[in-house]
Amino acid sequence: MFEHAFADPTTLLLGAITGLIFGFLLQKGGVASSDTIMRQMTLRDFTVAKMMLTAIVVGAVGVWIMKETGMIKGLHLKPALLAANAIGGGIFGVGMAVAGYCPGTSFAALGQKSWDAIPATLGMIVGAAIFAKAYPWLAEKILPIADMGKKTLPDVTGVPWWAYIVVLAIGLVVMAAALARKPGATPAS
Amino acid sequence: MNPLSLRRWSPYAAGAALGVLSWATFFFMDKALGVSTSVCHMAAAVIGVGSESAVKENAYFSKLLVKDGAWKPLVDWQFALVMMMAVGAFLAAWLGRGFDETRGMPGTWASSFGPSRVVRWIGAFLGGIILIFGARLADGCTSGHAISGGLQLALSSWVFMVAMFATGVTTGLVLYRRKGA
Repeated sequence: MFEHAFADPTTLLLGAITGLIFGFLLQKGGVASSDTIMRQMTLRDFTVAKMMLTAIVVGAVGVWIMKETGMIKGLHLKPALLAANAIGGGIFGVGMAVAGYCPGTSFAALGQKSWDAIPATLGMIVGAAIFAKAYPWLAEKILPIADMGKKTLPDVTGVPWWAYIVVLAIGLVVMAAALARKPGATPAS
Repeated sequence: MNPLSLRRWSPYAAGAALGVLSWATFFFMDKALGVSTSVCHMAAAVIGVGSESAVKENAYFSKLLVKDGAWKPLVDWQFALVMMMAVGAFLAAWLGRGFDETRGMPGTWASSFGPSRVVRWIGAFLGGIILIFGARLADGCTSGHAISGGLQLALSSWVFMVAMFATGVTTGLVLYRRKGA
């Protein structure tokens, strides 16, 4: 497995540049700090929700227009294995609240000298090994439940893609307005 | 003022830039941002150093790393991305004088569990185990599901996101409730 350990240099370079920008943005946004994520999970600070929803709305506009006009090859959807998505998401939320990190932000946190990201990252590697061990059972018992394949919300509802984006954009504006008025929702930092 | 030297950006600005970064990964690289698969590559590498057959014989690692009977590269596009995230964050913190002054002792944690770094490290380690197990079961994390999947309006990702915030906020409110409140 280690004889072909590396992808071609162009692929690695593109990944590296993307990661550099990604880590940069997470740090500047403040979400590389475990306290920011813990404060989101106690509803004292909505930085995570603001950043995430803005990224989704802005990202969706560009990616869907590029998809509809044929500028990109297509989407990269993860299959809707709804039981696994829901149970996995639920377990993930617990871990995220305890650790104060998600996988991406823990690597970014290492760069800003948040050393509690060291045990978090090591825990993730151990957790991946545990998952690999449990995979055969999960693949048999959990993954097939409510398997709907690679579907988008427009696919399953018939509501057009742009309507979702309009609704999400309105949601973002409403959230921003509501949080701007709420005193103490954003920490002085 | 040069935005690069600001300590922190508005989450809306940082989020919008992240959205634009997603355009670039789709347009130039035919990829979606993701992180947690690379953690499995790391686990496979650690196990593989001890025993290559332990990796080969595991159904999950072979699902991820073997294609048509041949090993896929361990260090791929996403692995390079993940490694460079720390460097990108370092540059951001360095330019904005934004290094973590607590060196990883979140105030929210300390007010519930005290200032012990040992306790914090144990919590972070256990949290890491839990969250990656959930991420792999769901087939994605905050990057791959919430942001990339969210913007693609993926059914799987919106289910993931609702579940993640439901248990995350519940856990947060229980663990970090204010004393006397």
